[in-house]
Amino acid sequence: MYGYGGKILRVNLTTGAITAFPTPENLARDFLGGRGFGIYYLYTEVPKGADPLGPANKLIASSGPLSGTPVPGAGKMDWTCKSPLTGGYASASVGGMLTAELKYAGYDSIILEGQAEKPVYLFMEDDRVELRDASHLWGLGAITTEVRLKQELGEEFQIATIGPGGENLVRYACIHHDFGRQAGRGGVGAVMGSKRLKAIAVRGTGGIQAADPKGFYQAARKMIKACKESEGLKAWQRYGTPMVVSWVQEVGALPTRNFSTGAFEEAPNLYGEAMRQKIVITDKGCFGCPSPCGKYSYTRRHGVYVEGPEYETIGMLGSDVGLGDIEDVAYANYLADELGVDTISVGGVIAFTMDCFERGIIGPQDVDGLDCRFGNREAVFTLIQKIARREGVGNLLAEGSKRAAQAWGKGAEDLAVQVKGMEVSAYECHRAPSMLLAYMTCDVGAHHNRAWAITYDIQTGRDTITPDKAARVIFLQHIRPLFDALGACRLQWVELGLDYNLYAPALQALTGVERSTEDLLRISERIWNLTRLYWIREVEGFGRAWDAPPPKFTKFPAESGPTKGQLTTWEEAQSLLDMYYAQRGWDANGFPTKAKLEELGLTEFAPY
Amino acid sequence: MYLHADSNKCSGCRACLVTCSLYNAGKPHWGKPSDRPDGSYGENNPKKAALSIIPLFPAPGVFKVRTCTQCGECAKVCPADCIVQTASGAYFIDQARCLGKDCLKCAEVCPEEVIFTHEDYAAPWKCNLCGQCVQACGMDVLSIY
Repeated sequence: MYGYGGKILRVNLTTGAITAFPTPENLARDFLGGRGFGIYYLYTEVPKGADPLGPANKLIASSGPLSGTPVPGAGKMDWTCKSPLTGGYASASVGGMLTAELKYAGYDSIILEGQAEKPVYLFMEDDRVELRDASHLWGLGAITTEVRLKQELGEEFQIATIGPGGENLVRYACIHHDFGRQAGRGGVGAVMGSKRLKAIAVRGTGGIQAADPKGFYQAARKMIKACKESEGLKAWQRYGTPMVVSWVQEVGALPTRNFSTGAFEEAPNLYGEAMRQKIVITDKGCFGCPSPCGKYSYTRRHGVYVEGPEYETIGMLGSDVGLGDIEDVAYANYLADELGVDTISVGGVIAFTMDCFERGIIGPQDVDGLDCRFGNREAVFTLIQKIARREGVGNLLAEGSKRAAQAWGKGAEDLAVQVKGMEVSAYECHRAPSMLLAYMTCDVGAHHNRAWAITYDIQTGRDTITPDKAARVIFLQHIRPLFDALGACRLQWVELGLDYNLYAPALQALTGVERSTEDLLRISERIWNLTRLYWIREVEGFGRAWDAPPPKFTKFPAESGPTKGQLTTWEEAQSLLDMYYAQRGWDANGFPTKAKLEELGLTEFAPY
Repeated sequence: MYLHADSNKCSGCRACLVTCSLYNAGKPHWGKPSDRPDGSYGENNPKKAALSIIPLFPAPGVFKVRTCTQCGECAKVCPADCIVQTASGAYFIDQARCLGKDCLKCAEVCPEEVIFTHEDYAAPWKCNLCGQCVQACGMDVLSIY
């Protein structure tokens, strides 16, 4: 099958059985790859009601058809499973080199199932696949483990690891790769840890054949050329995602002190310029990327190397916990990476803890005597370590802000800034209707990557609650996750203005299958609706209430900055949902209608 | 004239490697499409490229790019005299006359370690100065002069 690795690997950790089967052509036709393959296997193979941290859950790692080719930024890999954080669908994306290497080894996906008795790692060198003892690696940090395996196996192996956070089943543990890249969200690292799988190491020597090599070469060349000629290229190369910190601060969307305000008085210390000047040493790109947002840094104050911090980490482990020094943020970033927890969720959880502390909902006795006021860097560093090791209060905080809020009560629920149990990423939404709707309806919980709609709010006005805002969110929820099915990065389109209509011809030359941009977007809509069906199937009573906005944005007006005194009312949020459901072809409870499912070819999957 | 690399600018993305292989790699002969009887292109496979990137992580956190300087040491030691300089200045390994993997004297003496082998090919290959990598690099690391 042109463009694909050609096989899917199945690894049963319980029995040790390793098998492979050809990638089904109809699967590629209907679900494309990446997160499309992930949700297909999650939906069809993981039994209803499976314990996310039990042997019945599966972790599915998938490349996409473009992965490992010269199409710009073709270095994205999807990790899908049932989420231990939300109880619903989890899909986390990681860049780096792994997705390309997996295809060179001849595989599109790895389905990891069961649960090993003892720590193991998965060794893959082309067709030679083995489960190997990992007892010497268990307990080590995620980066340290990568170093050790590269020493043992060779530099050419591409490696994914978990840290203590994953081993200790922190519900938002991440999977680490390539010295600072993470599949961050939804607890994919905890699922890997529950299977006692410490790492995956892959080396592939094969190639990806194109149906029309010359045509594909020309299509990819055209895309590379367009990227190189983009006006936005130089600034993006220099600063990466931290470039947006100043803009986000300017429009009052920088999460500050647990989303109490969108303007942080120390923000200039966190701007891309300050970071570049103080700590960045190397630009570090994922596979085939002309515009590397990865900024590899060294903090002299703390004496550690770290990739980043990127924008979300600056927001969540910087302004949102009150830290206004890029070197401290870099160190917090390093701790989270090495210990293997998602920087966004751990930042959100710590900010929530600090908010509860400052409001007197909890006291020092609840947090092991720590001074949990905003801006206390030692508290931030200590809490990350306690969470990853589940020590003291860390054991509760490792459960996520929603569960911690339920345990603390006394109004803490209103301060947990989460949707579906997932902590909101770094865009403050007191008055940003599209962005708020994007968080409410994102298919993994409150994550920005499905629909980065904040710019649309700024362009069209933040006051208006109008159908075009819902339409914009839906469009973004189809186009952006399409990249996660193709196995490529969206940022060349978002930041360099690369025409998304260039992807379909490139894909066609690569695979030999005729498909238009509209066809691809239709596949993305099919994937989106199947993820919705997964929530409906797995979460009892799932419906509209699960798309509710965090009370922080509806009950507590912004404390300062451009949106001072503003909020989005509950009624306005519900109105946005009505427009969204109607435009999606979903009923008033957020269920896809029978007609919509039929239109998308999903009738056979419907649990109702 | 040869392919120069400013390693300080490299982000390690390997666009150069994969583009090199798509343009040049192919059975049974390694070379530019224009050098091949059927004008065919290659495959997406960085392990069939004619330059290399060495990542040095986590410390010191930099990439080292290795390219052929067309120094000609390989040609001097080739027992089959199959490495010849073309009009562009590039040394070219004639795959048909090469003694193959039992020899590899060229690779042994190469100071930059940029003579490559792969199990799919009988003979090693090296940079032919096609310039595809230069155009693929978004960071302006590579140049030919």
